[in-house]
Amino acid sequence: MTSVLGRTDGGRPDGDKTSPATQPRVRKRKYNRREAIAGYLFIAPWVIGFLVFTLGAMIYSLVISFSDYNLAANTATPVGFANYAQLFEDPKVGLALGNTLVYALMAVPLEIAFALFLAMLLARVGRGAGFFRTFYYLPKMTPTVATASVFLLLLNGNSGAINKGLSAIGIEGPQWLVDPAWVKPSIVLMTLWTVSGTMVIFLAALKNVPRDLYEVASLDGAGPVRQFFAITVPMISGAIFFNVIVLTIAAFQVFDQAYLLFWRDQSNASPESSLFYAVYLFQQAFRQFDFGFAAAMAWLLFMIIMLITFIQMKFGNRFVYYEGDDNR
Amino acid sequence: MSVTQSSPDAIKLTGQVIGENTVVPGNGKGRGKSPKVDRWYKPKSVLGKVVLWITLIGFALLFIYPFVWLLAASLKPRGQVFDNALIPKTWAPENYVAVWDQLPLVSWMFNSISIALLAAFAVAISSSVVAFGFAYFKFPGRNILFALVLATMMLPGAVTMIPQYLIWKELGLIGTWVPLWGANLFGSAFYIFLQRQFFLGLPRELFEAARIDGCSYWGLFRRIAMPLSVPSFIIVFVFEFQASWNNLQASLIYLNAGSVEGFTAPLGIAYVMTKYSPTAGGQGDYQYVMVASLIITLPMLLIFAFGQRYFIEGVATQGRKG
Repeated sequence: MTSVLGRTDGGRPDGDKTSPATQPRVRKRKYNRREAIAGYLFIAPWVIGFLVFTLGAMIYSLVISFSDYNLAANTATPVGFANYAQLFEDPKVGLALGNTLVYALMAVPLEIAFALFLAMLLARVGRGAGFFRTFYYLPKMTPTVATASVFLLLLNGNSGAINKGLSAIGIEGPQWLVDPAWVKPSIVLMTLWTVSGTMVIFLAALKNVPRDLYEVASLDGAGPVRQFFAITVPMISGAIFFNVIVLTIAAFQVFDQAYLLFWRDQSNASPESSLFYAVYLFQQAFRQFDFGFAAAMAWLLFMIIMLITFIQMKFGNRFVYYEGDDNR
Repeated sequence: MSVTQSSPDAIKLTGQVIGENTVVPGNGKGRGKSPKVDRWYKPKSVLGKVVLWITLIGFALLFIYPFVWLLAASLKPRGQVFDNALIPKTWAPENYVAVWDQLPLVSWMFNSISIALLAAFAVAISSSVVAFGFAYFKFPGRNILFALVLATMMLPGAVTMIPQYLIWKELGLIGTWVPLWGANLFGSAFYIFLQRQFFLGLPRELFEAARIDGCSYWGLFRRIAMPLSVPSFIIVFVFEFQASWNNLQASLIYLNAGSVEGFTAPLGIAYVMTKYSPTAGGQGDYQYVMVASLIITLPMLLIFAFGQRYFIEGVATQGRKG
């Protein structure tokens, strides 16, 4: 992680291009006092916000996770590791975590594949791309609540449009939102409908691939499949890597769709396979007001996301091609 | 930092892979659609072209279908919502009147628009100020602090959700709009990154010249940087507007206990979904749910119609260089 961060934080305000001569690379920098003070004043809003709403909040959250928080009395009684122990005792935590993991494993690869497929289609149209991109991007503009309410009806097992369409081609559609096995695919389907953000990132990356690479490859007799794996994938590996990380983090926090379709009414009728981690966390925090336990859940989620991101970065740095970086 | 960051939106989680050389959005470099690019990818055979266009149109229809279905269903009487006809057999425009009478949609829209405007202006201005601080000034610890800005993008919203709630509760602001936009006054990591990239693209000589003419540091920002950064300002604005409009979770946390009139648009739809649901005692008046869903989608379609290129650029910026 540090290496990637290192790439991004090199902030030289003047950049290399504008005035290379005025910025000799010396270790000792002389700071203009007035300028430094002004700089601190400019970033002060963020620093204050960080101290209160991020760092302060994280420390507060850590304290709460070791306490029994009474919302009415506003008191936090220390309980040691009891909340963390409860993470292992409460079977629903494991259930929710498993559901979320399965969902992420389904959603992320499909989103990547579908978005890349669409981007490659769009990259081939030339002038019409803008027109189609507008249509493909519309679902991304739709508020999640509206998407959920429409898909609630489209996915209706008996009379929904999706199953009607499937039966027209001789397939008997599943009871999407009722059958526990089809709950996650239903949400994946909704996510795929709004995949265009990822698609736009891929499209931008595809446009940066030098065309002559394909020319040379096809002269050498490489077919489309070979070109895809030998040129396209390595050349846009950075975008793939980025999207995988971002989509994974998002998948681990999936909330809106599951909440709207299954847990809105606080009824217990919904299949357990729809209980995602963020939903259970929300219920514990803002329905049961068990803030101590919910904070412990949040920290567990944080650790898991960090761990997965760390692994992805370790793994990703091996195959990601950075322009201008040889021998990586 | 803000609650809006808990939304699992890709936008918020950038930073790691974007490099120093990221093309600055909005300054013209980012949207080069050179004809050269177009030519190379195009399929050469006629058959290839036909297949390509059929596939493209097919997917366009797939993406548009739910919208058409939604529009049609909103104009059908109760019993016909599930007939899946894209042109209603019986037209029921009275649904819109019924929704107008039964639901405080106007009040939800007003709340959501107000909050979204506050959130978007607050975050666009504050992020711009902070970004200028990081871009122009040299001060000890700047790079470490900027790395910290980027690192906060990785933080899942869930970790800060509860303490932030307690902070707002301590301030007596639960049930007001403030928790839904207040934290935006302190800037937001991705937007700071984006604005900083833009400022780095401006020639430093411009600022030095103004300094010599006696311009204050604030003047540099207010009179030079800000007017020049309108395009990236708009990107931040439209993104945050959409994020705020979409933010169900914060509304659930901070406004759900209040009166129905005080709901935001997403919270209103969640309420409507329950109100008309047969399992919750409703009669299955899904056509009303569709009317409400359609109406709260319209502002987003409108903002997209006018600001499409800002959305596309903003999204594309994330993955650039990466």
